[in-house]
Amino acid sequence: MAVNEREVRRIAELARLGIEDARVPMLVDELNRILEHMDVLSKVDTGRLAPVEGMGAGAMPLRHDAGPPIPLARTREEFAPELRDGFFTVPRLATHGDPDGGMESGA
Amino acid sequence: MSDDLLSMTAHALGAAVAAGRVRAVDAVDKSLARARELDGGDAPLNCFLTLADPAAHDEAIRMDGGHVDADAPRPLAGVPVAIKDNIATHTLPTSCGSRILHGYVSPYEATAVRLLRAAGAIVMGKANMDEFAMGSSTENSAYGPTRNPIDPSRVPGGSSGGSAAAVAAGITSIALGSETGGSVRQPAAFCGVVGVKPTYGRVSRYGLVAFASSLDQVGVFGRTVDDAALAFQVIAAHDPRDATSATAPVDDYRVGDGDLTGLVVGKPAEYFPESLDPAVRDRSERALDALRSRGATIRDVSMPHTELAIPVYYIVAPAEASSNLARFDGVRYGLRVPQPQLRDMYEATRSQGFGPEVTRRILLGTYVLSAGYYDAYYRQAQRVRSLIAADFANVFSSGVDVLFTPTTPTPAFPFGAKSDPYEMYLSDIFTVTANLAGVPAMSLPIGRVDGLPVGGQILAPHFGEAAMFRVAYALESVLGAEAHR
Repeated sequence: MAVNEREVRRIAELARLGIEDARVPMLVDELNRILEHMDVLSKVDTGRLAPVEGMGAGAMPLRHDAGPPIPLARTREEFAPELRDGFFTVPRLATHGDPDGGMESGA
Repeated sequence: MSDDLLSMTAHALGAAVAAGRVRAVDAVDKSLARARELDGGDAPLNCFLTLADPAAHDEAIRMDGGHVDADAPRPLAGVPVAIKDNIATHTLPTSCGSRILHGYVSPYEATAVRLLRAAGAIVMGKANMDEFAMGSSTENSAYGPTRNPIDPSRVPGGSSGGSAAAVAAGITSIALGSETGGSVRQPAAFCGVVGVKPTYGRVSRYGLVAFASSLDQVGVFGRTVDDAALAFQVIAAHDPRDATSATAPVDDYRVGDGDLTGLVVGKPAEYFPESLDPAVRDRSERALDALRSRGATIRDVSMPHTELAIPVYYIVAPAEASSNLARFDGVRYGLRVPQPQLRDMYEATRSQGFGPEVTRRILLGTYVLSAGYYDAYYRQAQRVRSLIAADFANVFSSGVDVLFTPTTPTPAFPFGAKSDPYEMYLSDIFTVTANLAGVPAMSLPIGRVDGLPVGGQILAPHFGEAAMFRVAYALESVLGAEAHR
């Protein structure tokens, strides 16, 4: 299977990556050169095999639905890009209108 | 005296500081000075993204003044340690070698770092790495590549290149790195040091910035097998903060009398292909002879699905990465590129924050998880992954105790030598299998080719680290100085 420019733009949109138009053909070429090496997997008969889910000999032991407290060394105010009134501040969603709506109105 | 401090093993230095024969501050200051010297000048090694200067010095002063819990065992008292920059520290930034986390300081600390500190180690800096651990050469760091201390025209390997180079250059005797597909073992091989990848679940991932959660593990570097075993002993523990942390008992890893009588070492044909660099083959055969000389039996074995490991890995790892890295969107961490609308802010932040290799892998991962391709790529890869895990299970259930292989197909390559992404991915061909199967593995020096280090890899069954170290101690002991020439 191979990707084309339209597909790369669609994937970029899904991944929330803004890709410059000039870069798209190069990405198509790179991804296809990688994907052609993956085609070998389609030739392996895996009809009776279960996919790997979970890792390690001990898998994931069940535990109580409450972990130990997170030992925070500083408050979240000190690492979030922007905060207001204790909330993380972001721009408005496009669907909410307000073309001027910036950080102030989107908390 | 102070020059000797840099050449002391972590074990010897820790014992000397704990006994009051050496001051921690002398060891730390010497380490910081060497880091500044080697990371400066016309051809900087660029091992470190941040130095804990003067915090490490101050911490050492406090330790020398007795202002620490003197009753607790401190096998690493005053030992300077380098930490890969994707392992959270609350005193230093954790950038993952990326612009998107430039200057980000975690509000909590990784369990592995906490355990090292509790054992007396002093964090002296955060080591350079390929962005978000995606790379095999440390050329993908947003803050410039790290050079190989053995030959600065060549890469140190990756993605934990800064940690490996710091140990190889004598800045620290031990360091933390992380493994997703060989990111400790491959740079250890390229830089001529020891690198250990634990069984999945043996070391806590709490505080390790997630790349591919079913593969990621924190690993250790040491200049000697014993130093690597000592550091590993300290960080191997169950951690309730990591849901995938194993509850299996922790063995004593620092045991090895050099006698391998009765031990069966498997030699998998697929790791010794026709195309293997002849000099790497020669050093590997010499290492196998060394194991024979200590009583081990070498048995030819086959792991027939090895050739599928790279395609499987480069579907599974990008798929998990595309999910894990979705959290870096300008809202909660690091970089934000302001835009009037939320979606535009996400896209602008991620596009300007991520470098080319991370972008490539996120796109690849998003593609293999997307509707219409999930079964053909991701699900099929996870099925084939079970065959790779079965190769290990079969060989270890047939009476083989450990496996021995070369760590990499070639020694360190020059900068820019692998411009094709897939060619770069092939650097990991002998290492990704252990991550896919979750088994422990380590690399140690077994000789040099044209002055460049060659690494030998020992792989063991799940939680078989004690046997792995036992073989490594014996091999290091037989090879002696030959391992470094």
